[in-house]
Amino acid sequence: MDEALNRKLRILADAAKYDASCASAGAKKRKAGPNGLGSTSGNGICHAYTPDGRCVSLLKILLTNYCLYDCAYCINRRSSNVERARFAVNEVVRLTIEFYKRNYIEGLFLSSGIIRSADYTMEQMILVAKKLRKDEGFAGYIHLKTIPEASPWLIEQAGLWADRLSINLELPTQESLKAYAPEKDSASITRAMGQMGERIAESRAEKSRHARKFAPAGQSTQVIVGADATNDADMLATSARLYDSYALSRVYYSAFSPIPEASSALPAKPPPLQRENRLYQADWLFRYYGFAVDEIASGGEGGMLDLEIDPKLAWALKNRDRFPVDVNMADREALLRVPGLGVRAVDRIIAARRHATLRLDDVARVCAGLKRVRPFIIAADWRPTAETDRADLRQRLAPQPTQLSLF
Amino acid sequence: MDPTAHQHIQLNGGADLQGFRQALRILSWSNIPNHQINWSANTAPDLFGGGQLPSSYGAAGKPIILPRAVADLIRLVVCHSDPEKYALLYELVWRMRRPKNPETHLHEVASDKLVAKLTAMAKSVRRDLHKMHAFVRFREVNDPEIGPRFVAWFEPDHFIIEETAQFFVDRFPSIDWAILTPKGSLWWDKSELAIGPPGTRADAPEFDAFEIGWRTYYESTFNPARTNLNQMRQHMPKKYWRNLPETQAIPQLVHAAASRVDRMIEQEAAIPVKRNPAKAVAAMAEQGPASLAELNQIIAKADPFVEGSARAVLGEGPIHPAIAFVGEQPGDQEDLQGRPFVGPAGQLFDRALEQAGIDRTKAYITNAVKHFKFVQRGKRRIHQSPTAGEIKHYRWWLQKELDFVQPRLVVALGASAAHALEGKALTIRDHRGVHTFPGEGQAGFITVHPSSLLRQPTPDDREREYAAFVRDLACIRDLIA
Repeated sequence: MDEALNRKLRILADAAKYDASCASAGAKKRKAGPNGLGSTSGNGICHAYTPDGRCVSLLKILLTNYCLYDCAYCINRRSSNVERARFAVNEVVRLTIEFYKRNYIEGLFLSSGIIRSADYTMEQMILVAKKLRKDEGFAGYIHLKTIPEASPWLIEQAGLWADRLSINLELPTQESLKAYAPEKDSASITRAMGQMGERIAESRAEKSRHARKFAPAGQSTQVIVGADATNDADMLATSARLYDSYALSRVYYSAFSPIPEASSALPAKPPPLQRENRLYQADWLFRYYGFAVDEIASGGEGGMLDLEIDPKLAWALKNRDRFPVDVNMADREALLRVPGLGVRAVDRIIAARRHATLRLDDVARVCAGLKRVRPFIIAADWRPTAETDRADLRQRLAPQPTQLSLF
Repeated sequence: MDPTAHQHIQLNGGADLQGFRQALRILSWSNIPNHQINWSANTAPDLFGGGQLPSSYGAAGKPIILPRAVADLIRLVVCHSDPEKYALLYELVWRMRRPKNPETHLHEVASDKLVAKLTAMAKSVRRDLHKMHAFVRFREVNDPEIGPRFVAWFEPDHFIIEETAQFFVDRFPSIDWAILTPKGSLWWDKSELAIGPPGTRADAPEFDAFEIGWRTYYESTFNPARTNLNQMRQHMPKKYWRNLPETQAIPQLVHAAASRVDRMIEQEAAIPVKRNPAKAVAAMAEQGPASLAELNQIIAKADPFVEGSARAVLGEGPIHPAIAFVGEQPGDQEDLQGRPFVGPAGQLFDRALEQAGIDRTKAYITNAVKHFKFVQRGKRRIHQSPTAGEIKHYRWWLQKELDFVQPRLVVALGASAAHALEGKALTIRDHRGVHTFPGEGQAGFITVHPSSLLRQPTPDDREREYAAFVRDLACIRDLIA
């Protein structure tokens, strides 16, 4: 690989890394024809992990980091002095194919700074995806970032080539968006999300084999945590609304991360990364565990989630009258609320108790650890008696502080 | 087979699924309890011989029926490196099928010790498979005889190479590749898969021209402000690192991370040095077509949203007309000639227009869907109705087109056109006649598509429907008069 291309790759990968989404999941099972390349499995594969612990699944790059927008939170805003570069369409195609052949990646995640106009930029991105599919017979994963200000017919085209589309909301409220991202407007973001959501739903309902698929892996979005004053409860309410209204596959929460050339409009220090983690846990709770957003928020204080313990445990500690729950009798909804029992553990318990009566040891074999579960359940040979009501239960269950590591 | 005697079963090394399945059938039909069986396997995996039991076991037993979940569990656990696997699997099958007190649903009791152990073994194999899919790294070599070939060296924990082969075949059908492991090798020549003997690291190439780029990517996509080594090690355990070229960058990345973050936080944003693209920012808003001709260029250039012809049939007629007619989509003739309403339905439409006293050349005529959607049957191209999603794909263009054309009255010919103009499905039967379309309250009219007249079952029906259509057109003529 020549030095000029390597330089572009360095700049344009660095410029793209603040997008948290890297998933290659959600695509239908698919494989290339005999002369093509690539497959998707539905679950996605992480091909490497960097020292930040995040997965590398897709070649996540910008087509260019030249940008006419001036969003305060973004390293590529026009008023930043960051080093700039621009890929040619063919260079992105070649990098994707050569990386894919060596099994480095599941596919491409392409975003871009806005050059000339939203339409022009979107057309260039679509061209990359179309060349991969048509000229290279590429059946791997493609995620395209949609530019909400682009003409609607371009969004229709993007969905024909991409597995997933996404528009980043970035800031959860209209006021923040106005203050930090003057060229963006929330009306065009919601309009484009609505258009994509509608088309994704229609395409999924389509019975005919011949009908062309539209973004079969759905759409996702990202919100930045800790750049503005929005609290966790409002953040989660925004997410819940997005999942409902636009059939989103995922909302990504990205803790605001200090960037080189930061704008003075932003806080200098990042929020604790744990906050991002707690939001993901809460997100899971309302999507898969039957919790309502305000129930989750009630586990914390003042609209912020508890940073020390996970939101399910926090809720349980404040609702001790709902426990203990009998693993041999309780319905699925009640079991899903037990701290330490995941969806899979609950399903295993329900299947097993049809044929056997479960003791504490039996529960231990289907879940990840008894310590957190024990105070909240009843088993054939186990009652927590006073344990559920102990005043120091929180201290006993909260993770012990670990010594900070030096490197 | 004597059900009371102790049995010794010798299977091949590695993952001998075939041998185990055969033994399972014979032992299970003979009702031999698990504690009477002594399982052993050859030390070296034998990837060439099929599992063969001594002839004294008699002919292979007939198949036994097991729940799908158990069959899947066996397939995975047989790959495990623990030689105990066969004894544990047989114990499960025995307990599920023994003549006295069979535990028919044992596999569903995840809390049972044996089931928990087998589930954990299957999980370990599944993880190994997943890591192999993820962490195989091919390097390109130029073989003077076959051209480029992609070769990888990988060290799996379990005997998974046969189980994983299909994944790589599906993914890389059009390239020559080989995966070498200490437990056997896979070879693909673009048409056949071969399973070969174990390889060594020295057999695999040491260099690949794209690894520089891959390492650049790995380094650049790392965010030093989020360093989290435990999480990295949890997902990418150190035992894999020596075969992953990118991991050479880790020590340096970790070492520099803290100082990079400090610098970012300390460094104030500098005033932009030279870029102030005020003109470009102002020009950014002027996107999208400025005229009907420009829009038509965009449509003509774009890929079709339907399976069929790639030729876009554009609207035709004067700007600011009294009437714009919107049909469904071009048909065979329209696609060949590149003009709307020129096929059999178009000719019928012309006749009806003339009878109603409307001059076609003074009206604007277009379609909701701009491409001919069809399936090929022999030499014929059979028209296919557009789906709701397809109509909506084209809807933005139609809206923009009518914005430029600005007709006084828009006439939807048929349900697809009405759907496109309304934004949702409308039945002709309920909405035929004068209609206001959304947007700025576009005055409109809904009637049938002329092709529906051609599909009437009897000449009488056809006559009646044609007359009704002409009456609609006459009504339209009066509306704009």
